[in-house]
Amino acid sequence: MTRAEIHEKVLQALAGVAPEIDTATFETDVALRDQVDLDSMDFLRFVIELHRQFGVQVPETDYQKLSNVAAVIDYVAAHIGVTAPSR
Amino acid sequence: MPALGAEMEAGTLVQWLKLPGDALKRGDIIAVVDTEKGAIEIEVFDDGVLDRILIAPGEKVPVGTPLAFIRAVGEAPSAAVPHAALTIPSAPRPECRASPGARKAAEDLKVDLATLVGTGPGGAITREDVERAAGRAREAPPVPTAPAPPSPADKMAAMRAAIAAAMSRSKREIPHIYLSTTIDMSDALAWLSAENQRRAVDRRLLPVVLLVKAVARAVVEVPGVNGFWVADRFKPGSGVHVGCAIALRGGGLVAPAIHDADRKDLDTVMSELTDLVARARRGTLRSSELADPTITVTNLGDLGVEAAFAVIYPPQVAIVGFGKVMPRPWVVDGRIESRTVLTATVSADHRAVDGRRAGQFLSAIERRLQAVGQL
Repeated sequence: MTRAEIHEKVLQALAGVAPEIDTATFETDVALRDQVDLDSMDFLRFVIELHRQFGVQVPETDYQKLSNVAAVIDYVAAHIGVTAPSR
Repeated sequence: MPALGAEMEAGTLVQWLKLPGDALKRGDIIAVVDTEKGAIEIEVFDDGVLDRILIAPGEKVPVGTPLAFIRAVGEAPSAAVPHAALTIPSAPRPECRASPGARKAAEDLKVDLATLVGTGPGGAITREDVERAAGRAREAPPVPTAPAPPSPADKMAAMRAAIAAAMSRSKREIPHIYLSTTIDMSDALAWLSAENQRRAVDRRLLPVVLLVKAVARAVVEVPGVNGFWVADRFKPGSGVHVGCAIALRGGGLVAPAIHDADRKDLDTVMSELTDLVARARRGTLRSSELADPTITVTNLGDLGVEAAFAVIYPPQVAIVGFGKVMPRPWVVDGRIESRTVLTATVSADHRAVDGRRAGQFLSAIERRLQAVGQL
């Protein structure tokens, strides 16, 4: 799976929880909490969807790492063995 | 048409999900009605057989209007219904005010008076109204039109109006008392964290589940906060049905019940709450969930709120508000430690609940949250 594919699925997972977001304009590097209204139930549903899509079990202690879409992509990529991007 | 909220006056029947002759069990969903709280699934209270449907889809009727007759199992079908009556009867037409000339013209020109707006005295339909309609009909044959479904903006306005009515009534009629206490949640959250660590992601529990369950157990200890103020007296709730305030995406809120929350384990409360949130936001709640909460919980902690002093949803007599969990310096055994605390509040109807009882209730919630392993 490429990073682009991960990106698309992450946005789909997010849109599944918050249907009002516009995935086309959703900023990758801006904090999730600044772009979308997620309560703890929404966030758990997002994490469950990440598990369903990628088989990644995000422990609660790692929730804080999922601060924006880029960080979610990095997290998923690291756990399913996709090479990190050169930055 | 059940009352699905304190201020609901009418609902529109959207769809029948059962047909005359169908066997019904208590809890079956028989129909869907549209209200200011979205589409609500109407449940059956008793076992029986659907005998006769009285209200057709599209009709808006006041609360209390019979929607259908359900006969007891084994009872003979009502004589009025032919055996093959498996079709939904058309809506009974309201009486039209029309002049005799208009009625005659309507008959001759085959115009349905119920579809006309009268321009005569007092809104009566005149012969001219009928002839005009017949002329229009010749020009453009009528297409069967269902009333346009309300737009999202209309629905939101209706929901705001319902919230406004209920909250205004509450503040007008209910003498609220407010109590608050700050609860050390460190042990509860440590327990939850350990529990979630060994759980698969889709079986994890949220802190709110502990809160809902603690309230339900505390209600059992202090039943005087669980019920309704009706006709100048307190009517105890039958069961502990905890209404959970759920904010809808895009605005508005509903507070459907988790039934018998005191007798359900944490996993069940979690799965029911997850299901309620999803259905509340999709607009498919069930009638009993909206009609019978006996007490309500609102949790604004996710928003960073420290303490929430809530307005009681009439005719209930109490609502519990929870704020965020936050680290604070706390005195434990004479020493200052960093502990994770949360502020809980109770708003109670002073007509039904005295400060002492509300205080007992709040301290029961605190005690339950100090022993979450026993929830």
